[in-house]
Amino acid sequence: MPSLKDLRNRIASVKATQKITKAMQMVAAAKLRRAQLAAEAARPFAERMTAVMANLSGGITIGPESPRLLAGTGQDRTHLLIVCTAERGLCGAFNSSISRLAREHAVRLMGQGKTVKILCVGKKGHDVLRRQFGQQIIDLVDLRAVKQIGYGEAEMVASKVLNLFEAGEFDVATLFFSRFRSVIQQIPTAQQIIPVELGTGTSDVTANEAVYEYEPDENEILASLLPRNVAVQVFRALLENAASEQGARMSAMDSATRNAGDMIKKQTQIYNRSRQAMITKELIEIISGAEAL
Amino acid sequence: MATLHFELVAPERVLFSGEVEAVMLPGSEGDMTVLPGHAPVMSTLRAGFVVVTSHKDQGSRVLVRGGFAEINPAGVIVLAERATPLEELTPELIDREILEAETQRDGSADYEAREAANAMIAQLREARETLKF
Repeated sequence: MPSLKDLRNRIASVKATQKITKAMQMVAAAKLRRAQLAAEAARPFAERMTAVMANLSGGITIGPESPRLLAGTGQDRTHLLIVCTAERGLCGAFNSSISRLAREHAVRLMGQGKTVKILCVGKKGHDVLRRQFGQQIIDLVDLRAVKQIGYGEAEMVASKVLNLFEAGEFDVATLFFSRFRSVIQQIPTAQQIIPVELGTGTSDVTANEAVYEYEPDENEILASLLPRNVAVQVFRALLENAASEQGARMSAMDSATRNAGDMIKKQTQIYNRSRQAMITKELIEIISGAEAL
Repeated sequence: MATLHFELVAPERVLFSGEVEAVMLPGSEGDMTVLPGHAPVMSTLRAGFVVVTSHKDQGSRVLVRGGFAEINPAGVIVLAERATPLEELTPELIDREILEAETQRDGSADYEAREAANAMIAQLREARETLKF
């Protein structure tokens, strides 16, 4: 039976924890709003980019001369997995679900006898994957110092990826991140970015009707557009990830706060009961002492 | 007067969206001015100024660094990788961009990449001159 002092201490400590989780929840809520705005502001660029790309590639037949970023290397041997996770923990299953998806993917590819290389963006994914895939991880991009993710960071990651591709280090690149659906729902997603997967149906109907003049020619435009597209996709993934992380943290901290509340209630009850029991016991002692006289 | 719809989209935000009278674009093969009813064109852009003319303001300028323009019957869409309105532009900012391009050039062994970086630096210097800080 813990003493009254122990109980008091325990309640105080749970209360302190509750305050922390509550604060974290509120911070995450504020950050989430900002991240969501950033993700929304970035959407038009990505959408236009995709529309233009679909438009361009619609008029081009994929042949051996077409850019390798579009047509691929013609092989399917080495896969690069770009795993985007958070830099911090305490956000529920956010990091582990992305890592799990990446791990399943990697294991399946390795089962097929393919070479897997992993590029980690964010420390947490690296920590989880390091144990199993220590040899496969080729690089870690640390964004801990970055407060608000800008296009510059995405460009940096993309140029790393493109340099590797130029050097023939891999054939297929897949991006792992978490798509933001709502505060309580984030969907871990795998998206192939090299070679580019283009939807056959183009969204921009009016653009399709027009006959464009190209300046310089189609192939050159496409060649300059494709590397940018990689950066745009990475940027989008990072922003979605940032929003998802805050959403996941918010709901995780919300339930933590609630748990702490429940625990405080329970502990307080035990505390009051044992306090009363103590008083009753003391009274009985006094009374029986008086009767004995 | 007829107007055309113009959108200037940067990765992080939409910088401009609205009806304008004319847009001047720094196309990779030469500057061009787009008026309403322009033929559909797709063009890459070099570093330089996009000049927007509308009822309200005559010639507001935005510095873009590489990008892509699509002109279709519905209007003009510019996808710019980096775009800075003139009001936010400082000589230091351009100097920083020039320095960045120079580091990039010195860091790469590829001839074509070096040439591209050189062209970029020249364009940025030109932009800096135009502003006459």
